[in-house]
Amino acid sequence: MNKTVNPNELKPADDVGPLYAARKKVYPQSVSGTFRRIKWSLMAICLGVYYFLPFVRWNRGLGAPSQAVLIDLPNSRFYFFFIELWPQEVYYFTGLLIVAAVALFLMNSVGGRIWCGYLCPQTVWTDLFYAVERLIEGDRRERMKKDKSSDPLKLERISEIVLKHSIWLMIAWWTGGAWVLYFNDAPTLVKELVTFQGPMIAYIWIGILTATTYVFAGYMREQVCTYMCPWPRIQAALTDEWALNVTYRYDRGEKRTSVKKAAELRALGEQVGDCVDCYQCVAVCPTGIDIRNGPQMECIQCGLCIDACDNVMTKIGRPKRLIGYDNDINIHRRQEGKAPIYRIVRARTIVYSAIIAAIGGFMIYMLATRSLLDVNVLHDRNPVAVKLSDGSIRNAYTVRLLNKSGYDRAIAIDVEGPVNPTMHVVGADSVTPDRPIIVIPRDSTSELRLLVTAPAENNPEKSIPVRFHVMDIGLGVAATATDNFVAP
Amino acid sequence: MTDHSSDIDSVSGKSTTGHEWDGIKELNTPLPRWWVITFYLTIVWAIGYWVVYPAWPLIQSNTTGMFGYSSRADVAVELANLEKIRGDKMVALGAASLADIEKDPALLALARAKGKTVFGDNCAPCHGSGAAGAKGYPNLNDDDWLWGGTLDQIMQTIQFGARSGHAKTHEGQMLAFGKDGVLKPDEIVTVANYVRSLSGLPTRQGFDKAKGEKIFAENCVACHGDGGKGNQEMGAPNLTDKIWLYGSDEAALIETISQGRAGVMPAWEGRLDPATIKAMAVYVHSLGGGK
Repeated sequence: MNKTVNPNELKPADDVGPLYAARKKVYPQSVSGTFRRIKWSLMAICLGVYYFLPFVRWNRGLGAPSQAVLIDLPNSRFYFFFIELWPQEVYYFTGLLIVAAVALFLMNSVGGRIWCGYLCPQTVWTDLFYAVERLIEGDRRERMKKDKSSDPLKLERISEIVLKHSIWLMIAWWTGGAWVLYFNDAPTLVKELVTFQGPMIAYIWIGILTATTYVFAGYMREQVCTYMCPWPRIQAALTDEWALNVTYRYDRGEKRTSVKKAAELRALGEQVGDCVDCYQCVAVCPTGIDIRNGPQMECIQCGLCIDACDNVMTKIGRPKRLIGYDNDINIHRRQEGKAPIYRIVRARTIVYSAIIAAIGGFMIYMLATRSLLDVNVLHDRNPVAVKLSDGSIRNAYTVRLLNKSGYDRAIAIDVEGPVNPTMHVVGADSVTPDRPIIVIPRDSTSELRLLVTAPAENNPEKSIPVRFHVMDIGLGVAATATDNFVAP
Repeated sequence: MTDHSSDIDSVSGKSTTGHEWDGIKELNTPLPRWWVITFYLTIVWAIGYWVVYPAWPLIQSNTTGMFGYSSRADVAVELANLEKIRGDKMVALGAASLADIEKDPALLALARAKGKTVFGDNCAPCHGSGAAGAKGYPNLNDDDWLWGGTLDQIMQTIQFGARSGHAKTHEGQMLAFGKDGVLKPDEIVTVANYVRSLSGLPTRQGFDKAKGEKIFAENCVACHGDGGKGNQEMGAPNLTDKIWLYGSDEAALIETISQGRAGVMPAWEGRLDPATIKAMAVYVHSLGGGK
């Protein structure tokens, strides 16, 4: 029998406690300076492009969409200013993605996480949401005080909270609203949306993007970068010792001490650091880290700590850029009394640039020389071949003609391969016997059933390669497809 | 009910159910509260379901429920919607003449699509899914037609069939010249070789062409015509071309002449609606052999 034990005397099964550290809410302080100005400008450009691009018009002629950038899913077309892509040309996007990836590598090897700090949507929208928060609730200290306060909520505080979330939701809603405009004619869709006549799917997508923007930029913020995004891990593998990163120059900063003490020590001719331990770099950091601890995964390298530190250095009359874009090599060189060296041009940046140039050039070449007329041929499978009453052989093909241009084309079809072939297009009587001429409407495909007949005695082989030439009889543009002519 | 609270398991500190096997006791682990609540909710839900939806089988029928829902009625509504969507197009197809259908790309595409589906369901068992036919079942892709290859003729054949028993069906059959004792076996061999010579096929050594010609003139020209060019009124095939429904070798011809041939195609009028038959005629005509 079991010995009865008082449950209170039992040892706990294991060490209990959460596996993850709880989030410490970040209250970034406002800051001004060079990098803040760059960030404001880039934010304005990025958001401006995102919100207003769907309204830019581009004349493609009557009957074609007049929106400069449009993803037309129902008609499976993608329009980008003067470029129109069909679904089978999606490989251009592959090229674009490769260029984008390598551009990211290049940025990284030159100036660290430029993408993360200045251009990433997560950064841009979070920055915007912080700006709203700061405007309504005040700067760092005030916000911290308001959050900590255990007083019962007063009307003023409630209205602040309501106002903040309303503006956030408006921004988020506008973000979702702009997204759907890329998939339909923007002015028409806006009219439909505001009169509640829009398609349900548009409202659903606006809802989804409103929710993601609100949650990601309003609540998750730096956690998206730290926990969700793979880029911080990947970029660590792509960087090298020459890459310029936001760096605390410990050769200059240490030992940290107060302004007053530093002055006294300097007067005595002793070596002291410029860092006065003011924690301004920590206060402005949107990810809540201390850059003086060296390079960290959480650091998105937005440069705001540089501005904060520069302001302090100016005030205490010490040289700027105690925190700056720099690297360890130069810190060591300065410690050894040598001049710093900067190597932007090195093997890695040359290779990345070359890859971008090669793929970009190839894509431009392909795009510039691509044919706006194409033909595909599919041989009938059942039956493969038909014997006619005079003994000749007939093969049937499904011919698909693609006219990617903005005008109708008159196409002549010629066949080459079997001896003495004759052609017939089912359902389209051509005025020119043996050389069918077909009209394909602009920006569309036409499917034809084409019968090719050839005498058996002249074509004894079981299978003869056959080429279909299609030619725009007005412009001389041509395309070719190959298949086989088979005997029964 | 027994009181479990008194018997506490010393290791886990939990009460047991009191069941014991060889000193091993079962811990009393009640179901989670949320689970129990969900379970009761499903029971409430089920009662509601009984009331509003068809649920209980009765001897003759079943309870219909307050909502009056039935999946069969849903199917009827869906089918009615489908008819409504297709309606206009099929009406247009039914109203247009065969020639107009072939000239209008939209109607042609519709007729070909519809025809292909209906062909697969109704015609493929004999003519094959690609309409390439088989021995005794004509290939509909070629230009050799027993009963005529114009749109109207094809439509007529589909409507009324061949030797189908329909009042308007195609009539006429190949007689069994051997079985019925009209021709003697050696005459059959001779005329079979003569028929082969009509389309330039090699003939048996020592074959008497004049005799064959004479037998042919006496017995075959009535249907197959002078020179064996055939007669579409009677479904008599052209014997001078390269297409043979039952084979062109001597043995096959001898069998045909001795036993006769009378392949049957059913009449589709009444089984398929007129618009569908039209679509099928256009489809068959567009396969490539249409005249």
